[in-house]
Amino acid sequence: MYQQPNESGHFGQFGGRFVPETLMPAVLELEAAYNEVKDDPDFLKTFHYYLADYVGRETPLYYAERLTEKLGGAKIYLKREDLNHTGAHKINNALGQALLTKHMGKKKVVAETGAGQHGVATATACALLGLDCVVFMGAEDIKRQKLNVFRMELLGAKVEAVHHGSATLKDAVNEALRYWVSHVEDTHYIIGSVVGPHPFPQIVRDFQSMIGRETKQQFKEKTGTLPDALIACIGGGSNAMGMFYPFVDDTSVKMYGVEAGGHGVETGKHAATLTGGSVGVLHGTMTYLLQDGDGQITEADSISAGLDYPGIGPEHAHLKDINRVEYVSATDKDALFGLKLLSETEGIIPALESAHAIGYLPELAQSMGKDQSIVVCLSGRGDKDVETVKAVLGGQNHE
Amino acid sequence: MSKQQLETRFKQILDQGDKLFVPYIMAGDGGLDVLNERIDFLADCGASAIELGLPFSDPVADGETIQQAGIRALKSGTTVQRVFDTLKQSKDRNIPIILMTYMNPVYHYGIDAFAKACVASGVSGLIVPDLPMEEEQAVTDVLHQYDLALIRLVALTSPVARQKELKKRTEGFLYAVTVTGTTGERQTFTDRVHQYLADLKVGATTPVLAGFGVSSEEQVKNLARHCDGVVVGSRIVKAFHDGEKDVIKALIEASKQ
Ligand SMILES: Cc1ncc(COP(=O)(O)O)c(C=O)c1O
Repeated sequence: MYQQPNESGHFGQFGGRFVPETLMPAVLELEAAYNEVKDDPDFLKTFHYYLADYVGRETPLYYAERLTEKLGGAKIYLKREDLNHTGAHKINNALGQALLTKHMGKKKVVAETGAGQHGVATATACALLGLDCVVFMGAEDIKRQKLNVFRMELLGAKVEAVHHGSATLKDAVNEALRYWVSHVEDTHYIIGSVVGPHPFPQIVRDFQSMIGRETKQQFKEKTGTLPDALIACIGGGSNAMGMFYPFVDDTSVKMYGVEAGGHGVETGKHAATLTGGSVGVLHGTMTYLLQDGDGQITEADSISAGLDYPGIGPEHAHLKDINRVEYVSATDKDALFGLKLLSETEGIIPALESAHAIGYLPELAQSMGKDQSIVVCLSGRGDKDVETVKAVLGGQNHE
Repeated sequence: MSKQQLETRFKQILDQGDKLFVPYIMAGDGGLDVLNERIDFLADCGASAIELGLPFSDPVADGETIQQAGIRALKSGTTVQRVFDTLKQSKDRNIPIILMTYMNPVYHYGIDAFAKACVASGVSGLIVPDLPMEEEQAVTDVLHQYDLALIRLVALTSPVARQKELKKRTEGFLYAVTVTGTTGERQTFTDRVHQYLADLKVGATTPVLAGFGVSSEEQVKNLARHCDGVVVGSRIVKAFHDGEKDVIKALIEASKQ
């Protein structure tokens, strides 16, 4: 049976907790607190109550018939995380960690955000549970995702712009970590993906793994079997981990993680960490990274703010090493194609992040038989991206 | 200089009745051409050792001043290799060098190759702020082979049991972090700092140095009274950047009898 991480928070050679000593006690406290609640019926009951009555779970598993026909290969099912309250899977983890914050007796929360989806989800969970919330966001991302910034502010959160470096997600994580070091005594850091020091990758995976558990159950009800393949986009890797984790031991199920290929992995302008990166240590964890010959982290590049990250969750690095998941990439162009394809065939505008998984779908579906099935984790909806997409596609559509 | 020479030197200074003063500078800030000159200047001013920062793109333990110095250093083309090469040009200097950098540049260079290069360029030890004791073994196994010191950091948030363990493990000196936060100048410290330093001194087998936030002569004197000396970072970095050599002299002077 697959059982990761080990006691010291490592997934094979990856993971761990590379944080300043000032944070170590908080990281250990978090681990202890999480171990207290993770199998506690009262905690889980509260979590599931909010997931059902507030988030709107479970999310549907939808058979995309027109998309299947259009691609002419394997049957395609969509796990509709886009239908969650706040529009993406991010709320699952934000809510779980906000409840954990309360359990630890802390009243303040700091978070980072890229696309703004995790920031909005965290601001929402904090409003719901009466917690103070500060969100760090790269100045570049603030420009790309204005609407989400305003949403966070409406929800009562304070949004801090980060101007350092590439002014995107990586820099927002740096600032959130620095803020946490300085406020660790009364503040919890709600990290937004399966990244960061142990126990974060485990906590976020667990708080997202209802995606895969529901999928397994729903697929079984519909077909009596398991799907042949799962596919999900990967920024830090939380929607993918949530989908994959309950299937890791089901070896007949192939799994595909789609990273952001930006302008193409061969151009060097991309965010495909596993495809184009090498092993190193960033943001508290050992994993694959985009870095130069001197171990300096390089800038990621993607049309999608939520995938624009030069690292990846350590468990994905491990799943790559043991060949359990195949990691591939979709370029900005592929994602835009995917976004249009799903909008036109199914009437669902996906988030640009999720559109990367759709963008890779033709290749995958057509390589499989018509009697086979693929489940796509549709991690979020595209409302937040309409402006970005309009800037790129707008002209063409009116020609 | 070897780990033993570092320890002997610290002992001599303390036996004279002076306190230890370790200035932090960023390698490559102002260009690598000035590095050896700056080290010599600090040695002449009476610094006990140099904490030499190797720039890293994502320094989460550092505040604004050192972040900016790192960005300047990287922009001027500083690499790990060039820093080693520069240090080698003046290997016979009479002051210990301790490299401070994050885990990734060390890992990427190769832990073994990094340790070898430290020895070849006269470096006595390492400070790695994102390497807590839980993760240190891969590094210490190698450093011990090369007789290099790993200086452990202890924090205000460390519970007593961790403080004790860090006190036991550290080599060269114990780096007592005096703020719950990142590096950068502070006007004041929490009231707990004096007791914290006094507690760390009890049973310590190495000197205990207070660092993070220390930026005035008065703070140097005040903190050093409760331990064996201080590390001063942001204020020194700023002084070099602004050409205020007198400030540096005065800060170091404040650690003397
Ligand atoms: C809709 C959506 N999908 C995916 C991601 C990528 O994150 P992860 O890889 O952690 O699922 C984001 C991040 O902001 C997102 O908003």
